[in-house]
Parts: sequence; C-alpha cells; structure tokens
Amino acid sequence: MLLTNNKYAIGKQTLCTVCIMILLFVIANFLNEYISYKAVALLSLFALSIIAMIFDIVPVLIAATLSAFIWNFFFIPPIFTFHISNTEDVLLFALYFAIALLNGILSYKIRLAQKASRDKEEQERSIQLYNTIFNSLSHELRTPIAAIMGSADTFQEHFFTLSDQHKRDLLQQIEIASTRLNNQVENLLKMSRLESGTLQPSLDWCDLNELVNTSIHNQQERASRILFAQNEEMPLVKLDYGLMITVLDNLLINALNYSATDTKVEVSINMEEDTTVINVADNGLGIPKEEIEAVFQKFYRVDRKQTGGNGLGLAIVDGLVKAHNGSIIIQPNSPTGTQFIVRMPLETSYIRNIKYE
Amino acid sequence: MSKRTVLVIDDEPQIRKLLQITLESNDFICKEAETAKEGLIIAANHPPDLILLDIQLPDKDGVSLLKELRSWYNHPIIMLSVLNDESFIVKALDQGATDYIRKPFRNAELMARIRSALRKTDAPQSLSEWVFDDLQLNVATRTVKRNGELIKLTATEFNLLVLLSKNQGCVLTHQFILKEIWGVGFQTETQYLRVFIGTLRKKIETNPNKPAHLLTESGIGYRFL
Repeated sequence: MLLTNNKYAIGKQTLCTVCIMILLFVIANFLNEYISYKAVALLSLFALSIIAMIFDIVPVLIAATLSAFIWNFFFIPPIFTFHISNTEDVLLFALYFAIALLNGILSYKIRLAQKASRDKEEQERSIQLYNTIFNSLSHELRTPIAAIMGSADTFQEHFFTLSDQHKRDLLQQIEIASTRLNNQVENLLKMSRLESGTLQPSLDWCDLNELVNTSIHNQQERASRILFAQNEEMPLVKLDYGLMITVLDNLLINALNYSATDTKVEVSINMEEDTTVINVADNGLGIPKEEIEAVFQKFYRVDRKQTGGNGLGLAIVDGLVKAHNGSIIIQPNSPTGTQFIVRMPLETSYIRNIKYE
Repeated sequence: MSKRTVLVIDDEPQIRKLLQITLESNDFICKEAETAKEGLIIAANHPPDLILLDIQLPDKDGVSLLKELRSWYNHPIIMLSVLNDESFIVKALDQGATDYIRKPFRNAELMARIRSALRKTDAPQSLSEWVFDDLQLNVATRTVKRNGELIKLTATEFNLLVLLSKNQGCVLTHQFILKEIWGVGFQTETQYLRVFIGTLRKKIETNPNKPAHLLTESGIGYRFL
C-alpha cells in the first residue's frame, strides 16, 4: 500500500529524491579534499533518513539503491568502477545498502501507522456527524407522526367524552403535524431527485418580478418582513418556474428563520451584463466564516436547536441553481447578517419593452 | 336540483374513503372504482356528472384511460396526481382533462375545483354581463369595469380576459391560450403570454403583485378566479 495513490505524484517524488541525492554527491565531490569517502556515506544516509520522512516508499527505495551505487562508483576506491578491492569497503557498502533500505522501510511503517490512526479518528468523526444528522432527521420526521397518531388515538378512545374544544385542538394538531411532515417529505423528495441526476429543468419565459412576488406571498404572515423593490427594467428570463420558486422560497425561509423578527429581509433582482442576479439579504447573526462552505452541504445546520428544518434547504438551492448553470455565493451583509447572491446565465427577452399590437 | 354523482377512480383505499366522506358531506353521491377497467364499466353503465381520475392506476396509466373516456364522455374529468412533473399534467390537460389537483390536497380546494368544473359544462354563459367580485365584464359592449370604474383594455387583452373568465376556476394551459388568442403557430410563444398577463394584471388587479383573479399555475398555465 502506498501513502499516495497518484502514479504521477510517485513519478514526481522519485525525480525529486533522485535529484536531491545527486546534488548531495556533487557537493560531496567538491568536499573531497576535506572529508573521506566514509563520511560521504554517513552524509548520504542522513539525507536518506530525511527523505524517508517526507516521501513515499517507492521513491525512497529507488533513491537508496541509486545512492548506494553512486557512492560505490564515484567514491569507494578504486573510483569510476563498481569494483571494491578492500574487504572493509565491501562490508561498508553492504551495510550502507542495508541501512538505507531499512531506514526507508521503517520510516514508511511508522507513517503508515500514523495514517491509520488518523483515518480511524476521521471515520469516528464522520460516524458521529452521521448520527447527529440521523437523529435530527428522525426527530423531524417522527415528531409530526407521533402527533398525528397520538391525536387520532385520543380522538377514537375518548370520542364521547372529549369536549368540543379538545376535539378541535386535536384536529388542529393533526393538521399542523401533517403540514410539517409534508414539508419534510417534499424536501427529501426534491433532494433525492437532485441527487439521482435525472432532474431536467423545463425552461420557459418568466417574469422574475412576478416570481419573487409569488415567493414572498408564500411566506404568508412573515411576508411583511420582506422588502422587494420591483425592477421594471428586467427582461423576461428563461428558467424553470417551479424549481426557481423553490430556490427563492428556501432562501426566504432561511433568511426569515435566522434573523430576528423585528428585522427585514431584502430581495433584489438585476442584470449584470448577460447574467441574471438575485440577491437575498438579511440582518441576522450572519454565518461564521468557517461554516460558509458547509451550509450548502446536505443536512448541515448552523443552529441545530432550531426545529422545523432538516438541513436540506440550502443544499437544494445549490443543486437547483447549478441545474440552471448558475452559482450561489454568500457574503456578509452590513451592518450584520448574510447576503445570498445567485448568478445565472439565463436567456433573456426584452419583448416587454416593444409595442407590437 | 337532484344530487350530483362523482365517480372516483383511484387504487388507494384511503384516498377513496376520504373522498367518499368529503363528497357525501358536500351533498354529492360518490361511486368508487379501484382499477381503470372497473372505472370504465361504471362510467359506461351509469355516466356520472364528474370523474376524479388518478393519474397512476395499477392496470393502466390515467392519461390513457382519460383518452378512452373522452371518446364518448363529455362531463368534467379532474385528474388527481402525486407527481410533481408538470409535463404529465399538461399532457392530461391536452388530452381533455378539465382540471387537475395535486395530492396532498386541501378539501376546500378540491371542492372548489369540482364546482368550477361542473359550472363550466352546465351553464354556457348566456348573459352578456359577467361579474367576478370587483370585476364586471360585458361581452356585448366589450367593456370591463372594476368597482364600477371603466378599465381600458386592448382587443387582445380583452379576448384573453374573456377566454380565461369563461373558464373561471379551471386551469388553462399556455399552449391552449396561445392557440385560442393568437392562433395556430403561436403555441410556443409563451413570452407574448407573459407580457400580456403582466399588463392585464396591472389593469384589472387591485394588487398586481398579489393577484386575486389571474393566478399562475407554475409550469402549466393560468387560472382565473
């Protein structure tokens, strides 16, 4: 087993180690007057030890073998031959070769053990993350189911003794729970459709002002927190209306959920040359810099305590924007909060500005 | 007026039960069929006033059954669908479905669809003046008033409004509207439709950003309420 899987990297590493060894011998050659060929062997072994700490096993063994022969050929008398006349030199050469190889192998084994323990830690961390995700998803799915089953049971068991008020409450619980369950299932279905790679946006002309207004009204009583100045200069753009409504709904839900109820969420749309830009800005706490990348991962949640979410909203947004060949970035908003900026290269039509009747 | 009969063709017993209770409590007679075959037999023997047809059936897909039914059945057919795929729904509407509703649905919404669909086939508009809440439409004088005030519409805008309001409560596909208003060859020119709907909304809606009459059915068409 190699520490690096890349064959190209192995080749590069080999070249690198060989160069280092050759350089070392060239320098040693200039120091010829001051040090004996035996000291050169020690220097070379020292260099090999360092190389073994950095490079993979194959380049190290190649460098070790090569260096043994270079040492023999250029340094052990008689020089410029592979022949060794002195018995002690034969022993030295054999030992050099053995130590160089052993050195390489031992360093490699130590590093392999280190890597194994690192992998194990990483695996444990990912199991822990998976468990957290799984627990939160189970919670989000089972809570509404429990509410529905429990309410129905109580209704049936105490049909004749329940007060009208209690009956109404139980029915309301069923309604709230099933709506919540429906949202969760919708998101999971959208996510799995995205992941299956079969999602094909069906593009059609759309008035983006209308789309934003529709999404704002989807937020019901929270719509009053959303500010949107229509952009009358916007052309018609070609996109999948249903998918883009989901993008905006999720961005708005997210912005509303993660900012205080007395703050506003601002939406704007405009064209940057041929790119359609949608900006959703809130004055919430903002997303910590180190978490910005992670928020688009599925099941990731900045604040796990908040109920009703499942960490899929932004992952779905990301997928749907990509399905429109677009991109989404996060920028801090001033004075506080977050801006989500969606950029998409959509086909445009300025037909609305033409009078043609 | 005697009670109307609705035939439910759906393979899910739970949905049939729910629809039966809902329909009966709204003064309809409910008949049930589990399969396409059973549905065809019941529809042929005792033609109901309206059919609720699931888009996926065990023995046949709902759209094929719809096609078969439409060769002789002229009353409304409303499709029930669990699919999010709009192309299926558009296909069903093109094949003669009167309307559609997505599962899970709210009962009030379903009943509104059923009533609109029945109204569409029952009473051809004979009066020249139609009233929709704040809107008054006069097809004889070709005028529209909102809260008594005259609204200026172009010829195309007026035709569009008449087409949509004639089908009050029922969805109309983009292609259908384009063909009816602009004629054959314009079915794919949805950008015209967007522009006209936009200007029409500005003229007839109290709040064009939150339309009460001209509703968008994402990926399918428009519905006039």
